[in-house]
Amino acid sequence: MAASKTVGDVLRARGVSRRGFMKFCAATASLMALPPGMVNAVAAALEKARRPSVLWLPFQECTGCTESLTRSHSPTVEGLIFDAISLDYHHTLQAAAGHQAEAALHAAMEENYGNYLLLVDGSIPSKDKAFYSCTAGVSHYDMLVEAAKGAAALVAIGTCAAYGGLPRANPNPTGAVGVQDIIKDKPIINVSGCPPIPVVITGVLAHYLTFGTIPELDKYGRPMAFFGQNIHDRCYRRPFYDRGEFAETFDDEGAKKGYCLYKLGCKGPTTYNACATAKWNSGVSFPVQSGHGCIGCSEPDFWDKGSFYRPLSAGYWGDAKTVGIAGAAGAAIGLAAAAAARSRQKKAQKEEQA
Amino acid sequence: MSGLEGISVKVESSGCSETESWGNAVPILHEIRHALARLLEQGEATIIDLRSIPMGPGDERRLFDALGEGELRAELDALGRSTIRESRYPAVWIVEHFNGNDEVVGRFVEITWIPSILQAQAEDVRAGLDSLAESLAADAGK
Repeated sequence: MAASKTVGDVLRARGVSRRGFMKFCAATASLMALPPGMVNAVAAALEKARRPSVLWLPFQECTGCTESLTRSHSPTVEGLIFDAISLDYHHTLQAAAGHQAEAALHAAMEENYGNYLLLVDGSIPSKDKAFYSCTAGVSHYDMLVEAAKGAAALVAIGTCAAYGGLPRANPNPTGAVGVQDIIKDKPIINVSGCPPIPVVITGVLAHYLTFGTIPELDKYGRPMAFFGQNIHDRCYRRPFYDRGEFAETFDDEGAKKGYCLYKLGCKGPTTYNACATAKWNSGVSFPVQSGHGCIGCSEPDFWDKGSFYRPLSAGYWGDAKTVGIAGAAGAAIGLAAAAAARSRQKKAQKEEQA
Repeated sequence: MSGLEGISVKVESSGCSETESWGNAVPILHEIRHALARLLEQGEATIIDLRSIPMGPGDERRLFDALGEGELRAELDALGRSTIRESRYPAVWIVEHFNGNDEVVGRFVEITWIPSILQAQAEDVRAGLDSLAESLAADAGK
């Protein structure tokens, strides 16, 4: 049975030499943001690790998370991790369809009951609006509840699965919520991001594969190895922020010189993700490096936190200048209202007297 | 379209002047300096994972320019290409791992007498010995 082979067995069966295995372990340790000195520990653990069965259930999603993950082609470390696990069900990626596919899903769940890893992407409409999102006649709410029963752990991939994401944005017509709002009795790892960086997804899977445990999580349930620092603290443009050199528009001299994008709405200071170090497209670049501020896509409710182009300091009320003007205007209106009220009072008094 | 020529474009990848350095290459070079001293005095090797360090555009190239090329260059063909080369400073090795699509999956600077991946691995040696013995036996049998 596929699930009983060790990862070491799988790699050897593919003709991977010990050197190749060590390279795989070095890259995997790097993927998991472990110090390079731990490569031997990773090798020892992977050698003996059993292949866990993994089920991927896509719900109310745009498929961006699956796309992000599949942007690497085998043979790669990411590809091997997916060979090393036994991806028993992914209805977007798999060739099987219809009744056979659903039968395969239930067979996998039964065979590995209590031991499979359940990956979810996409938000889930809540119970009373469950009809908004279904597959094969079954609502995603019911699918999640049933599949979670036999899962060892759940991984919510993407901001939608973790916190509700875009569907949850005001006015949330489908009642969308994240996995953690429905499942309360199983360990859940939130790998947020819209989409998450591919190496973050595979790094989390690699950790589970290697150590069989959940990595250390932050207060939003995200692995500390990738979400422990905010973009601002790891941003290479930080010296400009510290010196107060900001781009004021997207095409001014400051923007061309690569100044800090704080004034153009960068949400780096309040966003926790690995974009500034791991970057995107295998380390090519990330939004700030390409000249656009961070939009905070790994944070809960980021769609409802005001404009992507207003600086953080402006809050929800507009930019600082507007706040000042609004305050002054408010005071002026207050005074004017008082004056108007007084004049009405006087008029009323006069009319009474008359 | 007229007017586009008036938009000045700055190409980041062309040779940047030193004044625009984002400044992450020099701290890493210092770390390498300390690691080399540790190697000589205590025999302790160090591995630096370049993936975990925030690099601005051009930082990595500046680092590799500073490290330069040494006498030794090895290419490993396992699960895609890997290159192991000694920099101009002996015992400072740059190890880069690529996948089948030539995308980087790991980049390390190893300060050590010889990177362990260059050595033959015991399991492979054992498998090789069995295979050699088998093919000699098969030849003898003919």
